[in-house]
Amino acid sequence: MDEALLRSLTPRVLAILVRRGADFAAAEDAVQDALIEALRTWPADPPRDPKGWLVTVAWRKFLDATRADTARRRREDLVDEEPPPGPAPDVDDTLQLYFLCAHPSLTPSSAVALTLRAVGGLTTRQIAHAYLVPEATMAQRISRAKRTVSGVRFDHPGDVAVVLRVLYLVFNEGYSGDIDLAAEAIRLTRQLAAAIDHPEVSGLLALMLLHHARRAARTAPDGSLVPLAEQDRGRWDTASIAEGVQILQTALARDRLGEFQAQAAIAALHADAPTAEETDWVQIVEWYDELARLTDSPVVRLNRAVAVGEADGPRAGLAALAALDESLPRYAAVAAYLHERDGDLTTAARLYAEAAQKAPNLAERDHLTRQAARLNARRRG
Amino acid sequence: MAKYLLLKHYRGAPTPVNDVPMDQWTPEEISAHIQYMNDFAARLEKTGEYVDGQALAPEGAWVRYDGEGRPPVTDGPFAETKDLIAGWMIIDVDSYDRAVELAGELSAAPGAGGKPIHEWLEVRPFLTAHPTITE
Repeated sequence: MDEALLRSLTPRVLAILVRRGADFAAAEDAVQDALIEALRTWPADPPRDPKGWLVTVAWRKFLDATRADTARRRREDLVDEEPPPGPAPDVDDTLQLYFLCAHPSLTPSSAVALTLRAVGGLTTRQIAHAYLVPEATMAQRISRAKRTVSGVRFDHPGDVAVVLRVLYLVFNEGYSGDIDLAAEAIRLTRQLAAAIDHPEVSGLLALMLLHHARRAARTAPDGSLVPLAEQDRGRWDTASIAEGVQILQTALARDRLGEFQAQAAIAALHADAPTAEETDWVQIVEWYDELARLTDSPVVRLNRAVAVGEADGPRAGLAALAALDESLPRYAAVAAYLHERDGDLTTAARLYAEAAQKAPNLAERDHLTRQAARLNARRRG
Repeated sequence: MAKYLLLKHYRGAPTPVNDVPMDQWTPEEISAHIQYMNDFAARLEKTGEYVDGQALAPEGAWVRYDGEGRPPVTDGPFAETKDLIAGWMIIDVDSYDRAVELAGELSAAPGAGGKPIHEWLEVRPFLTAHPTITE
């Protein structure tokens, strides 16, 4: 069965139900039910018109639920105000769904879950599994999110930047499970890029493609992290890089720079270097300057200090670092790296051990502990 | 079947036999240790005895209710906390003896010099659900 096709149809089917007058929350439930039925029945009995099948089944599920709901409400003596079913023009309202699911009134985790379900066509179980929470928890998160956006007008344009942040979260904080969240984020961003013409959407898509291209090289067979400089560049996905670079160049040509384009430009410069030594660090520093101007983020300035250390030597990097707050995440790791490059192995080893204590995840902690161990072993000679 | 929590401590457990901080090991010894832990969990998944495992960051804080309408009081993080949990593994096994056997194996993870750490692990039985038949 073509699950990708099924998932790509989800937002369109949902939009059709909403256009016909179903309210978003009920329509979304109905589409989810239809989706689960499709997953069950399509393998043995694939429909000739998958979209038509989904619309028909989802609409029937919606009517069934509404009737049950209406009967219940009648029993409760409540006024029933069902909207009349309108015509179903086949316009693509996918973009509206992105806006709704990333609505600013939602918390990031709710927006992520709702986007993956209503736009991505994933089941609650799949999303729960991907984020390592119980299915009941994820179901509640999604239904609360739907209640939160229930009063939002469907035809009201939203803020693309908010949607991009949600997609970035899906890409960047993906956990494990059967669902490849990074690939799913790329699919959803690609779909968004097809629905709206916006250089930052292209920027994010390029950024994702360029980072995804390095995935195979990023971890060793034993699961440990491989830093960029030590990655086997022959394992980078050149097709993904070429696509990312092409999308980025088209976006940059429009001269409406944004943070995702700037981040993608940095990733592209890394991708462009045949070896780590040939990296154009001077240009990367310039892009970090742009990025710092655009975002004013201390994390950007921390990364900039690393780039300065490569472009102008570790002393210059340490000087750039000295201007930053020591409590920044990964500050100790950056300081350790720059001190090692500067030849001060004792300080570097101490800072690597300190950075390991503060590491936000196991892979980084193990990596930093290994770095400390490597330097300590070298010092022992 | 009964569930047991195997608790690993940063601090607070009796001193292990092979007590060398990890950053003083060689990188290869660290890799061997991590591999041992991963293999252990994978083997327990295969035997149907693995439930969950999680590592914790060393830095935390104490938090308590401070009365109606007031934000909770937080205290810490304390660098000198005596008992500091590093992580846990939950296993579901047939007997207490099996839980002890597995904790012993986990404690044999290699450390400095490639020799077992002999780390002390705390083994705590879960309180179970009330059984249907009690007499």
